[in-house]
Amino acid sequence: METFSFYAFAVLVLGGAILTITRRSAVHSAISLIVSLVGVAGLYLLQQAEFLFAVQIVLYIGGIMVLFLFVIMLVNLDEAAKERQFNGQWLIALICATVVGLQVAWFMTKGAGALKLAQVPVAAAQTGAPVSPGNVEAIADVLFSEYLLPFEVASVLLLVAVVGSVVMAKKRI
Amino acid sequence: MMTGVPLSWYLILSVVLFSLGVAGFLFRRNIITIFMSIELMLNAVNLSFVSFSYELKSVNGHLYTLFVMVVAAAEAAVGLAIILTVFKNRGTLNVDELNSLKN
Repeated sequence: METFSFYAFAVLVLGGAILTITRRSAVHSAISLIVSLVGVAGLYLLQQAEFLFAVQIVLYIGGIMVLFLFVIMLVNLDEAAKERQFNGQWLIALICATVVGLQVAWFMTKGAGALKLAQVPVAAAQTGAPVSPGNVEAIADVLFSEYLLPFEVASVLLLVAVVGSVVMAKKRI
Repeated sequence: MMTGVPLSWYLILSVVLFSLGVAGFLFRRNIITIFMSIELMLNAVNLSFVSFSYELKSVNGHLYTLFVMVVAAAEAAVGLAIILTVFKNRGTLNVDELNSLKN
């Protein structure tokens, strides 16, 4: 059952990704990207990351992709869809993309032995007091104790992004 | 592990997704599609974070993914504002024509 779900979500992810980078119209690309993001959200759920599943749906699909669609609506892309879609240096680009893929795959096969240390944290996790806290509780525990400073920095970063995008989109300050 | 799906499958999926993002980033000419390819790459990295986190039984990977998502949201807001400004000033979104730094 789990293997079947993995295959189904993987097909969603890869099919959406391929359509995203090959579709001519930007709106079609964005909708394919939404399909791909739904697949990634399903894979999060498959790996018991319920909180990230919800965040992926709400933040990525509900927030970022709607923002993308609004921008596509605001700019006029009708004539852009008619002309050539791929840039002139496609041979170099193909070589670079293949090299990146092979590189990551090679490092992953080289580091396959390192994954054996997965047993150590399992023993450490068993000493914890709560038997099985939910995923959201576990994340909140660590986020608001160990990662409190990065959390605050992230909020400052979001504030800067809000101010920056308003400044850029405004005609005159 | 009780799961029927090994870690390596998730990692291979992540590699393929990242490579597709790189290919889209390098191939396409429309700046909005290039931006979407960046989102694809970020998602590939997030997927590998969560997979390692599941394998190691720790929630630290989830937190990193959360922070990556926060940065992605900030990046999308600022980047799309830049795209709107570029379109307003130049009237095109083709990266081959946005070459005023080159000349």
